Amino acid sequence: MGFDPANPMKDRITDIGPPHYAQYYPQVIKENKGKWLYHEITQPGVLKHVSESGAECYTVRCASARLISTSLIYDMCDIADEHCDGILRFTTRNNVEFMVDSADKVQPLVDACNAHGMLPVGGTGAGVTNIVHTQGWVHCHTPATDASGPVKAVMDELFDYFTSMTLPAQVRIALACCLNMCGAVHCSDIAILGVHRKPPLIDHDTITSVCELPLAIASCPLGAIKPAKGTNSAGEEVKSVTVNNDRCMFCGNCYTMCPSMPLADPEGDGIAILVGGKISNARSMPKFSKMVIPFLPNTPPRWPETVAAVKNILEVYAKDAKKYERVGEWAERIGWEKFFEKCNIPFTDKSVDDYRLAYDTWRTSTQFKFTSHIK
Amino acid sequence: MPKHDTPLLDQLESGPWPSFVKDLKRQAEKNPACWDILGQMEVSYEDKITHWKHGGIVGVFGYGGGIVGRYSDMPKRFPGVAHFHTVRVNQPSSKFYNTKVLRQIMDIWERRGSGMTNMHGSTGDLVLLGTFTEELEEIFYELTHDVGVDLGGSGGNLRTPSCCLGQARCEWSCYDTAEACHNITMTYQDELHRPAFPYKFKTKFSGCPNDCVAAIARSDFSVIGTWRDDIRIDQAAVKGYVNGEFPANGGAHAGGDWGPFNIKKEVIDLCPTNCMWMEGDELKIDNAECTRCMHCLNVMPRALRPGLDQGASILIGAKAPILDGAQLSTLIVPFIKMDAENEFEEYKEIIEKCWDWWMEEGKNRERIGESMQRIGLPTFLKIMEIDPIPQHVKEPRSNPYVFWKEEEVEGGFERDLAEFRKRHPM
Repeated sequence: MGFDPANPMKDRITDIGPPHYAQYYPQVIKENKGKWLYHEITQPGVLKHVSESGAECYTVRCASARLISTSLIYDMCDIADEHCDGILRFTTRNNVEFMVDSADKVQPLVDACNAHGMLPVGGTGAGVTNIVHTQGWVHCHTPATDASGPVKAVMDELFDYFTSMTLPAQVRIALACCLNMCGAVHCSDIAILGVHRKPPLIDHDTITSVCELPLAIASCPLGAIKPAKGTNSAGEEVKSVTVNNDRCMFCGNCYTMCPSMPLADPEGDGIAILVGGKISNARSMPKFSKMVIPFLPNTPPRWPETVAAVKNILEVYAKDAKKYERVGEWAERIGWEKFFEKCNIPFTDKSVDDYRLAYDTWRTSTQFKFTSHIK
Repeated sequence: MPKHDTPLLDQLESGPWPSFVKDLKRQAEKNPACWDILGQMEVSYEDKITHWKHGGIVGVFGYGGGIVGRYSDMPKRFPGVAHFHTVRVNQPSSKFYNTKVLRQIMDIWERRGSGMTNMHGSTGDLVLLGTFTEELEEIFYELTHDVGVDLGGSGGNLRTPSCCLGQARCEWSCYDTAEACHNITMTYQDELHRPAFPYKFKTKFSGCPNDCVAAIARSDFSVIGTWRDDIRIDQAAVKGYVNGEFPANGGAHAGGDWGPFNIKKEVIDLCPTNCMWMEGDELKIDNAECTRCMHCLNVMPRALRPGLDQGASILIGAKAPILDGAQLSTLIVPFIKMDAENEFEEYKEIIEKCWDWWMEEGKNRERIGESMQRIGLPTFLKIMEIDPIPQHVKEPRSNPYVFWKEEEVEGGFERDLAEFRKRHPM
């Protein structure tokens, strides 16, 4: 008996919540939870955890594209069935992890992942792990860029950093396809952010019927939207809104509230690069990413400008930073003026904050470096 | 056979990183809707713009969340994605699965959806990407009856809680993040499925200040493990690191040419509070000065472990930039115990107090971090019945604009002008 559309509430099951996690633990984890003593990365992509009991858990970490098919998930299940007693897990950064309980089981598992072709092993230690990202053009209604495409293009180029551990510290890259930041890129070492640059269109034909005008007006953080009469395509005067374009900061919040105010545009939209954020409390406090490149065009399918910008920042950092220094810690030590100089990124007025609380970022000190910016 | 030409997307089939295009084409043999995903995406690659319509309110009976509606703006050309709704399935804690449950979910999804997924969405759910309205109740029925899984959150409700790996496979986790996440998800099923909040509310559980689940940046209510006694030191292991017997930082830097391990340069000098030193070959820590940043533990996991009096710090108010800029969570309760034995009672008391106030006072689409900004931290602390302490701020205020209350000022605010003028004629 399945669902009966004539009687939808019959035998309904609700609010059962997620299945209990413990039934999905590998045996070695069931037995050693809370008893782990230490870990080591035995090779890129392979973690070894050692318990008080002497037991060992080896983890093989593989990348995924996040946008993945049931076919690929069945393949992952096949590997888990063959090597890991039918258990696997996923990380918060869209990697898949396979666990075994002894060293001799590692290489056959690594070989199986490598043989698959879509499961590269890596993403550990002082390297670049998987990119946290959003939906982009495959599912989202507000994006300013694609997600899966730029991620694929960037990671193809940075692939060697995924499979090695040569950097001063881990580098977390994230992509969000608009300012809503479902990808929460605001605290990433390198953030790729979709941005709009054109104010919303106003569709006077539909706005009265599909939008609550007061909500659309209230949605603007800068008060740039005002009630106004508009003329629809039939030449009739309708209740609508007007946008003060000089005040618009292209956040897109109006479109979220009102479908008749679309911002997306092929030339207007593109990518901004922000750097130097971190989540971890290690050494320095968590910090936000800072905008260093305000705009790069959308150039599908491989976004060469974005790929080059990310790679350049990563490689200058790799050469210049000290061991353990995250990108933001490095930039703060050398000073942001040096960051722009060393990375050969033009500094523009777009990197100077003029939104609320901007003053916190202005330099109120005589301490600065004489870089090429001072003519 | 491909249904549409996709010369732009085809260029993403090459290269070493896993290709979603290759994956979509493979799946299209089973789920022809994938040809239309590719087709519509190719048009977006040509046009440099999305082709999904704004919004769409769909769901299952009795729930106000868990399904995200989506419609194509080219349904005639791409009928397989005319509807492309997302189903959020609440993931098990720490995203462990057995292959049986994953296969069951995937079987349903091949029959009733596009066959494409996200493992996982940004909040933590297992995301089933793309199905038709008429399939939603069927999918929900099969997920709950045949698999025993439920939907996650969307809209103005408690979003699906998520956690790090925790004690399952990490030596640093200061509480059982998986159990906390599960217990709290089960306790608040109604808040999760039936939107009654001003806006979304996320809670995330990290086991230590490394914060692998990004609680401090991505959750309104961040629970980050910590301890309040002394770091446990194994001096023999310290010597092991100094002598190069163990790889520093768990071998995380093995691929770089960083020279031999130097405990002064790599640990002691990088301590943000300068609370460590060597006496002979013994490492000393002034624990009263330690802020538990995790750096020394990260570098020498065999030698240093969190103390034994473990619990969590509660921080509140993180969000992405819309509207007034991004916020990190602010420290509100420095330490609570996170005990499964008492069902995480301290956590629940605090979160319910937050909700009681925010549901009354929060404005429509105002995240709690924004509500806190609007009323100010001192007022928020008063509402939470928490005494202000220096730990709540990075530094004391530098402006003199104190909002004194009448009862705090001797004689109150009412004064007699006539009396004043007797002594101070104009």
